[in-house]
Parts: sequence; C-alpha cells; structure tokens
Amino acid sequence: MNENATRIASTSDETPASTVDAGRRGFIGTAAGLSAAALVAPGVFLHSVAAAPRSEPVTDSVRWGLLIDTAKCADGCSACVDACDRENGLDLQEPHGSESKWEHQKAVWIRKIKLQDNQTGRITQLPLMCQHCEHPPCVDVCPTGASFKRADGIVMVDRHLCIGCRYCMMACPYKARSFIHQPTTGQLTAVPRGKGCVESCNLCVHRRDHGEESTACVDACAQEGHGAIVFGDLKDPDSAISQRLREIPSRQIREDLVLNTGVRYAGV
Amino acid sequence: MVKAVVRAGLLTLGLVWVALAADTALADEVKRYVVEGSPAAERESCVEPTETMRRMHMEFIKHQRISTVHEGIRGTKYSLTGCVDCHISYDENRNPRPIDQPDQFCGACHNYAAVDLNCFDCHASVPNRPGADAEAAHRAAGVVGRVASTPPQGGR
Repeated sequence: MNENATRIASTSDETPASTVDAGRRGFIGTAAGLSAAALVAPGVFLHSVAAAPRSEPVTDSVRWGLLIDTAKCADGCSACVDACDRENGLDLQEPHGSESKWEHQKAVWIRKIKLQDNQTGRITQLPLMCQHCEHPPCVDVCPTGASFKRADGIVMVDRHLCIGCRYCMMACPYKARSFIHQPTTGQLTAVPRGKGCVESCNLCVHRRDHGEESTACVDACAQEGHGAIVFGDLKDPDSAISQRLREIPSRQIREDLVLNTGVRYAGV
Repeated sequence: MVKAVVRAGLLTLGLVWVALAADTALADEVKRYVVEGSPAAERESCVEPTETMRRMHMEFIKHQRISTVHEGIRGTKYSLTGCVDCHISYDENRNPRPIDQPDQFCGACHNYAAVDLNCFDCHASVPNRPGADAEAAHRAAGVVGRVASTPPQGGR
C-alpha cells in the first residue's frame, strides 16, 4: 500500500524533471559523439565522457553483456575478483563471529571456477558472476519486485524493496547471488549495501550511469595482461563484444535452461 | 540560612546558564556544517529554500529512488550523496565524521525529533568514493580525509 503510494507520487513528481531543454539534449548528443570517438581512440576522451551522469531513463536500445575467453583466463589469477571487491566495497566488510562461518557467508559477486573434464583431464578456468539473463529466474520468483531487470539488460536488486527472503538465491542456476548477513560499515558512496538484502554483480551499474567505458573486472583483467573479458553492447553489431562473438565460438552456461544469458563464454 | 539559599540559587542559575550556552554552542556547531568550498557554501540555501528542505527533504529523495535505481537517472537536483558531500564535518585529524552520528548534521536533528534515520544503514555516511565530485571541494577546504575506498598506491 505504502509502496503504491510512493510509485504514484513518484510519477507525478517526475514530470517536471523529465522535460528536458534543448541545450541539455545538445549536450547529450555531444557526449554520445564523444563516446563514439572514444571507441576509435580508447582512453583519449574517457574523462570528458565520464563527467556526465545520466539524466534520461535507460532504454532497451542497448543490452550490456560480457564475453569471457576461458583460454586466456589464468590459473591462480584473481584480479577480476579483487577488483570487483574493491569497486563495490566488498573488501571493506569485516567478519563478525567465527572465521569459518564468515568464509561461507561473505558476499561474493564473482567466483573463480575450475572445471575438469574427467575423461580427458582438460582443466578450464572461468570467472562466474550473475549471467544477466534475458529471462531471469530470480526476477520470476521475487515476491516484492526487488529483483528486476533494467531496460538495458542489467539484472539487479532494488535494495529499498528487498525483504531478504533469499528466494532469488534459490532460483538462480548460477549461484550468483549473496546475502548480507551482518551489519555493514564504511560503504562506498557509489555502492550502497546493507544487512538483510541480497546482492549480485550489476555490471558496475554506477559506471554505466556515468557513461564510463568498462567494468572493474574487465579493467583489472586487461591490466594483468590477460584481456580475457570483453564488455559491451550486445545489440550494437559494431561493438567490440559483438564483433568478437561473431569471430569465435561461444556458449552460454546452462544453455538448456533457455535463459539467453548476457554473459557468454568461449572455450568451454 | 538566607546566605545559603542565595548561594544555592546563584549556583542553580549558573548551571542553567551553562547548560543553555552549551546547547546554543551545539546548535551553532550543527549550523556551521557546510563544507567550505562545496556547492552549498556558495548558495543562499540548499537546493530548495531552507524551510522547504526542513519539511520535505525525505520526500524529495524517497520518490527519486525509483527513478535512480530502476531507470539509472543520476544527474538530479536532489541527492542523498549531495547531503553528505556538503554537510559532512571533520574531526581534529581531518577524518570525516559519519553524518548520522547524534551530534552531526543529519543525526542531530533526527535525534532531537526522535525519528529513525535508516538511510545510512546502507548508504555511505561519509564521502567515500574515488574520483568524487566533492573531492575538489574537500581539498579546497583543506581536508583530504581518510577515505576507505582509496586504492592502495599504484592504481586501482
């Protein structure tokens, strides 16, 4: 009931905010042009683009995704996991109570997985995070609408609505979600998070909304010299990720579930 | 006997006066909590007139959270991050003090009005973000601050 009231009030409140003047339109146009230029010359215009936070709703004209080349993913490397922890403040949490329990309960957005084919002995490394399904089971089961898919394909949790029932964690075939069991302190401004909510990879949504180019894991992997992860727009045929997907064979994990994941893997 | 009564009376008066003075000083302290060099310091009032902000600040950000989380709209007039950026204060070691503490900008008023302040259970109660908009302001104010998210030397 309260939530309904909030939503109604929200619509009426937003009307003046969404009337955008021509100057701002022009500015956004320029920003889009700059991002196109940044694609041609990566890094050169990055800062001028990053300065503009989003002022219009996200649309389904893009679908963000990742392509992970497992052949390039190195054994023993955890750069993406560490970068994710740092980016989202997961490393700021400290264990309360027993250490062994903490190991099982601490929030993890990316897990490094090692697969072994028992017949051939071939070992494959891969990072596993939220797969950003087109038809996400976590969204289907959520009783409050907290687990949702943004128009641009990012599957995430609205922590204002999450009641911490953890049904979504049960529904996720990838075991990608974590629950925050303990009070949090020192959260990052860009990533609010607190006790009693479920959370998972959101493709660095704060970076998306500020027009940045990539995600923390992609940057870290590239910095390590592996370059195993490509981030980009799956709907744009000219994006780096689409081109790469055209070139090399790739798969979705658990294709049999027909979830059409936004995260694809090569070499598995 | 009369002397004792007068003495007790004076003492009480003195104590009351000290208590009032302390209260006023605390109020002044809270009032001063606008970071020098921040956008707020340049303005006559906050993003709305002070009276409106006092009554409505929770409405502004509560309704906005849907559009921010679900639609990704971040460049808005009202912002909880903005509250923290402009109204944070620092201790003697130049460390930011969480804004929801009972003697701080948000916490003092909520404490007085006995209204639970839940925002900061999840949201950052200090400017805690690398490459912050407010970083320049804080630097100008001479406070670098200890920010937990600052990556170790050698980049992110």
